[in-house]
Amino acid sequence: MSDEEEPRTLRRHERFKGDFPIVVEGLVNRFGSQTVHENLDLKVRNGEILGVVGGSGTGKSVLMRSIIGLQRPNEGNIDVFGRSITEAETDEDIRARNRWGVLFQGGALFSTLTVGENVQVPIKQFYPEISEQLLNEIARYKVVLSGLPEDAVDKYPSELSGGMRKRAGLARALAIDPELLFLDEPTAGLDPIGADKFDRLTRELQQTLGLTVFLITHDLDTLYAICDRVAVLADKRVIAVGTIPELLATDHPWIQEYFNGARGRAAQGSMAKSSEKSAARADNMMDNAPSSRA
Amino acid sequence: MSSSVTSPAEFYLDEGGDGPPRLVLTGPYLVSTIGFVDRELRKIDVELDEIDLSGVTEIDTVGAWTASQLAEKHSAKVVGASSRAERLIKALGESADSSTVRAPREGVMMRVPRAVGEGVANFGAGVLTLLSFLGEVIAGFGSIIRHPRRFRRKAFVHQLERVGVTSLGIIGLMSFLIGIVVAQQGAVQLQQFGAEIYTINLTGRLTLRELGVLMTAIMVAGRSGSAFAAQIGTMKLTEEVDAMRTIGISPIEALVIPRIMAAVLMMPLLGFYAACMGIIGGAFIASISLDIPFLTFLSRIQEVVPMYDLYVGMVKAPVFGLIVAIAGCYQGMQVSGNSEQVGLRTTKAVVQAIFMVIVLDAFFAVFFTQIGWA
Repeated sequence: MSDEEEPRTLRRHERFKGDFPIVVEGLVNRFGSQTVHENLDLKVRNGEILGVVGGSGTGKSVLMRSIIGLQRPNEGNIDVFGRSITEAETDEDIRARNRWGVLFQGGALFSTLTVGENVQVPIKQFYPEISEQLLNEIARYKVVLSGLPEDAVDKYPSELSGGMRKRAGLARALAIDPELLFLDEPTAGLDPIGADKFDRLTRELQQTLGLTVFLITHDLDTLYAICDRVAVLADKRVIAVGTIPELLATDHPWIQEYFNGARGRAAQGSMAKSSEKSAARADNMMDNAPSSRA
Repeated sequence: MSSSVTSPAEFYLDEGGDGPPRLVLTGPYLVSTIGFVDRELRKIDVELDEIDLSGVTEIDTVGAWTASQLAEKHSAKVVGASSRAERLIKALGESADSSTVRAPREGVMMRVPRAVGEGVANFGAGVLTLLSFLGEVIAGFGSIIRHPRRFRRKAFVHQLERVGVTSLGIIGLMSFLIGIVVAQQGAVQLQQFGAEIYTINLTGRLTLRELGVLMTAIMVAGRSGSAFAAQIGTMKLTEEVDAMRTIGISPIEALVIPRIMAAVLMMPLLGFYAACMGIIGGAFIASISLDIPFLTFLSRIQEVVPMYDLYVGMVKAPVFGLIVAIAGCYQGMQVSGNSEQVGLRTTKAVVQAIFMVIVLDAFFAVFFTQIGWA
């Protein structure tokens, strides 16, 4: 067995124990003459759900793409799990890649693979030694964990509805038990019931699996329901980070308009009403997970 | 890294007490470590009483899944689980067996006859949908003739430019080179009889009758037929075609007819242009290697090429244009489902168009010979 020990120890990683799994400092992103980010700073706390909001075109997605290494920033530094992404060599990069999961806006499922095979892609990529049998089991329980019916596992993405595709994308994002989860507008295009379920699912998974979640959203209900803190992007940087009451205390006009507009008030009101319910909800966390066990 | 973290996932059977043994798992049970022990864990076939997780340093859903599956298989109890492990095991529940996640697939004995049967049925269905597509196109033409204002002049002009003007360069160069090849190779053979003057007949008649139009049709199929299929196919995928229908715009009138008309109108012009470029190419090589002056070559063309050679080319050209455009638009409209289909249908459009063009060209050759335009 001693000869096998080498690869095992090489690929082991400790769960991140620091305070800030994501640290963005002095980020500058430009496209031609247009500056999207100018000296943007942001720290994401370990184990929180951070909501990221901002008007259209303020660079929420660009920020996410910078953090996950798809967009090389013009200036600044981004640390993920204490390692710089911006200066990383390819090899170093890959070390962080097997510790995060990303849900893209449209799901970005591979259209020629079934849902189950989609889930298996990252596992096969990082851990090729895992047996076919276990791979199939993993794919199945991840699909069920993401709130899809089990028979969705051998369907193609084109056979699923938009909401189901999002869940399938979530299953793939969770495939390798990441510590960090990026969600790009997960509830956009879902009906209120579906969006509510997705929010609850995100919260439950975050608590059960101990995830840190970076959540881009336009959905005020999502912000009120599940985000621990909210970061507001405006004027090419993060103008405020904090809980919603803290944000409401600031007097930035965009923040006031955002949270105190008609929709903001409605979300606030409905949140107050359901706050007792959400306390109860936390107790029986995985309620909507498979209930077939009698 | 501390030593507890670097140690791999391991297990042993504790047979100390009386009764069935306990299975003790130690080390981290994570997706990154499980692959090395999973197979051995599955091989355990003794009766187990307890599965002890107290030595597990770290656990994720894969580890929890493995533990709970073992417990179920051996009907053993899980003991010593940390609160995180317990939470994960509870969350996973009983979701699945290990059966494959591939789309269901049958054995060869069933698959081959099924593929053949489906091929035949699809061919039949394809003929029907093609017929109905042609019907729609004809009906579309009819309604445009009755309501000329519905004709999309802008789209038509745009397509004329895309099909015709922008392809002048490539078609010109291609035909020029083909003219050179035909004249040069012809001259080599004809010189053996001292008849190299007939190179002019060969080049002129061949490019005007056959090669100019045929090569242009192939080029247009590759350039524009594929573009038609890909454009319309992508519009089908993004539901633009459906959006048009709901607004009351007929996609046949808006997308298909301008493209068909542009191809039908442009093909004779391009074919004639290609023939001219071919003749210029022939004259060019003749003036260099055969000592036939350039202008003499051109004036001899008028004398040796009968007028009906031009007619033959010009009758075929619009028909070829029609075939290329219909193949492209038809395949584009058939796209549904996923992005892979666009590529598939585009390939089909080009292959079908070129094949049909060559088949028809053979028919035309026989036909025109029979009516005396030989």
